[in-house]
Amino acid sequence: MTLAKLPQDRLENELHDKKPLYTSAEAKAEADRCLYCADAPCIKACPTEIDIPTFIKKIASGNVRGSARTIFEQNLLGYSCARVCPVEVLCQGDCVYTGWGRDPIQIGRLQRFATETATRAESGGAPPLVKKTAPASAKKKVACIGGGPASLAFAGYLALEGHEAVVFEKRAYSGGLNTTGIAPYKLHAHDALHEVAWVEGFGVEVKTGIEVGHDDGPGRISGKKLLETYDAVFIGVGLGADSKLGIPGEDGPGVYGATEWIEKMKLEMSKAHREEIAGKRVLVVGGGNTAIDVARECALLGAADVAMCYRRGVPEMSGYAHEMSGGRKEGVRLVGHVQPVAFIRDAHGKLTGLRVAKTDANAKPIAGTEHDLPCDLVALAIGQSKLRDIAKELPGVDLDKRGCVVITDTATCVTGNPKVFAGGDCINGGKEVVNAVADGRNAARALLERWATK
Amino acid sequence: MADLSIEFAGIKSPNPFWLASAPPANSGEQVMRAFDAGWGGAVWKTLGDPIMNVTSRFGGVDYDGRKLMGLNNIELITDRPLEVNLREIREVKKRYPKNVVIASLMTETKNDWKVLIRKCEDAGVDGLELNFGCPHGMCERGMGSSVGQEPKLLQEITSWAKEFAKTPVLVKLTPNTGDIVEAGMAAVAGKADGIALINTIKSIVGVDLDRLVPLPRVGSASTNGGYCGPAVKPIALHMVAALAREPGMIPISGIGGIATWRDAAEFIALGATSVQVCTAVMHYGYRIVRDMIEGLSEYLDSQGMKSVNELRGRAVGGYKEWGDLDLSYKLVASIDPKTCIGCQLCMTACHDGAHQCIFTGPDDRPRPPHAHAHGPAKAPKPLPIGAIAGDRVPWIDEPECVGCNLCQLVCPVPGCISMVEVPGGKSETWNDRVADGRHKLPGGIHDDA
Repeated sequence: MTLAKLPQDRLENELHDKKPLYTSAEAKAEADRCLYCADAPCIKACPTEIDIPTFIKKIASGNVRGSARTIFEQNLLGYSCARVCPVEVLCQGDCVYTGWGRDPIQIGRLQRFATETATRAESGGAPPLVKKTAPASAKKKVACIGGGPASLAFAGYLALEGHEAVVFEKRAYSGGLNTTGIAPYKLHAHDALHEVAWVEGFGVEVKTGIEVGHDDGPGRISGKKLLETYDAVFIGVGLGADSKLGIPGEDGPGVYGATEWIEKMKLEMSKAHREEIAGKRVLVVGGGNTAIDVARECALLGAADVAMCYRRGVPEMSGYAHEMSGGRKEGVRLVGHVQPVAFIRDAHGKLTGLRVAKTDANAKPIAGTEHDLPCDLVALAIGQSKLRDIAKELPGVDLDKRGCVVITDTATCVTGNPKVFAGGDCINGGKEVVNAVADGRNAARALLERWATK
Repeated sequence: MADLSIEFAGIKSPNPFWLASAPPANSGEQVMRAFDAGWGGAVWKTLGDPIMNVTSRFGGVDYDGRKLMGLNNIELITDRPLEVNLREIREVKKRYPKNVVIASLMTETKNDWKVLIRKCEDAGVDGLELNFGCPHGMCERGMGSSVGQEPKLLQEITSWAKEFAKTPVLVKLTPNTGDIVEAGMAAVAGKADGIALINTIKSIVGVDLDRLVPLPRVGSASTNGGYCGPAVKPIALHMVAALAREPGMIPISGIGGIATWRDAAEFIALGATSVQVCTAVMHYGYRIVRDMIEGLSEYLDSQGMKSVNELRGRAVGGYKEWGDLDLSYKLVASIDPKTCIGCQLCMTACHDGAHQCIFTGPDDRPRPPHAHAHGPAKAPKPLPIGAIAGDRVPWIDEPECVGCNLCQLVCPVPGCISMVEVPGGKSETWNDRVADGRHKLPGGIHDDA
């Protein structure tokens, strides 16, 4: 339980929920709009295939516990997914109302209502929503490397079936990106850690501050030891450090990796740190969702100007259009078709600008087009490195050319070593929380089936 | 603007919209505000010997987020002294001579009726309404619906009232009876000048599942109440129509779930001369009458009718016995691929609740064993591809479609599913078949397997 360690005074708390918890009346009104489609397209659009019309109808009838149970059957982290999923391009995007040109059912908000209401009632003394069962086979022990959504789903589903699950998290806080990376107006760290605590309630043991690597010692455990001690190992390490541009002036104050900065903002910075952003000129390098997140966060924290520098144009951006649209309303600008070439610093080393060149149709810089964009802060959101080392410690586990862990298929998420499974960003290079949960759940189901048939 | 004025058994009203005898017509102050808002008349909250009430008194039924689809009450008749009510009636009639005030009455002995009627008429009421409908509290004391359920008693008390009254006498009927026609004809036989229906339906509106006490709760118990509101309209429409088509019928004041001009128009088309409203006013206030007046006028104009009297009873002739309906009239469903959104609710409804004739996909489908048509259902080639729903647009197995309407009723998109008339052969009714001995169908109780 790492929630207790979390400081109360955190800058992320200055950013409020954009989609607050529905009241019961709001939830019922929205649930009643659901058409209860047969063979519903929203279910097919959900990576965890939650039976959405069923959980919505249960909200409408007042059976909120049953609704939450329907969600958790398919997605144990249905609470955080409700808050962080890009529903606009998943379930809500495929709602028949969307096709009809109407507002889709607010599936994410309804899912939050059901899961949050039901789990709060549980901590208020209501009986457990999901019951633990005795293992169908001999009791087994599993270890997870990394404490993010994929591992928690894997560990949680196995713990509910009576098996022993231990999660090793190298950071001080578990929960993965839900805790360290999600935009605070979607999910705050304390809510993410509440969800981790809920999963711990099934008997999952989360050990923070322990890194899995080559040798054993204080704060360290080796892959070899894990394979010896546990019946199965799940790799859910996510991605590594922010990538760098490798251009002059990059090292020094004022230049941050985007995920590094977000993590500090969410967990370490106090409200007083708002001064570091308020009134400042911020440039974000990148065109993906992390870039949009950090840009929106800076805009909402009061930056005087926030611009995203992207080497291509709007159509090529990998960030979601609905996120960019939200960002524009908050004052985020896009400077397209530019490539940073150097950071500009004054005599004291203080960052004063970013030199960029215009790019051609192939996103390559055009010589002679260099110009300077004045700024006080730069966040680099151009990707993250892969945590390649873990594969070396687990024989049979391979990496592909991109550095992603190779699995046979997402239905089982088993690696080249039959005892080792993997899921989440470390197999797909960086997708959604809901994809990570699907991987962890699928790996758990594959294991349960294997154990039941052996 | 069409003329909305009516004459009900000699009572002239500027429009057909009257407040029903209920809380909205409890006092002079309320009735005057209602008249200012545009109500043509008001049937005063039932007068008699003052009673005592309980709390709480009302229970609501909500449906899919809409409040008060139905309302039930256990409130009794007026709890105010008769003299106060009469003084206010006198004041209202003085200030609003063109608006209708009818006194609803409820008492026991013949002499009580005589005194009550005289006092009300002295106060200047335009008419009297005998409350033979209240199904809670008062019926336990031998009044209200306990009268309305006994045609002989109903007729006798009606004739007492007619003996004493100088103004028109309306009889308000209870729907809590096996045959509304019998009750209505008893009022006619008692020489009533008009009838008003329906009063509320005997009901328990719900149960408090935490306390396990019915609703509305009075301490640790409850009692049956009277149910009204939009939910009861179809029951009221039937009862009004059943009486309207009786030969020799007297004017009818229609009551039951009327909330809009459209509801009112339906009652009038089925034979009502005036309509009475309660629940919708309790929910939204007197102001709703403005839209009722304007909407009814617009409708009459659109139909080329110069007066609301032209609408009265126009749908009564279309209300027949089942045996007189045309068996050869045939409809089949048709889905418009351009507007279908692919929810497939029609398919689910048809398979689980109707006749298994809506499918998706390119394959022919085996028909169920009880099918009317033979062989498999043939998928259309090419399959319908929707502008919105793509290949999720369902198709209809037309030979098996019985034209029941269910798919159209569940479809959320207006106009997407239409019921198309198809040739059905020579017109005939069940009664025709009975008349010439063709009513025995194969597969009956006495047929051998």
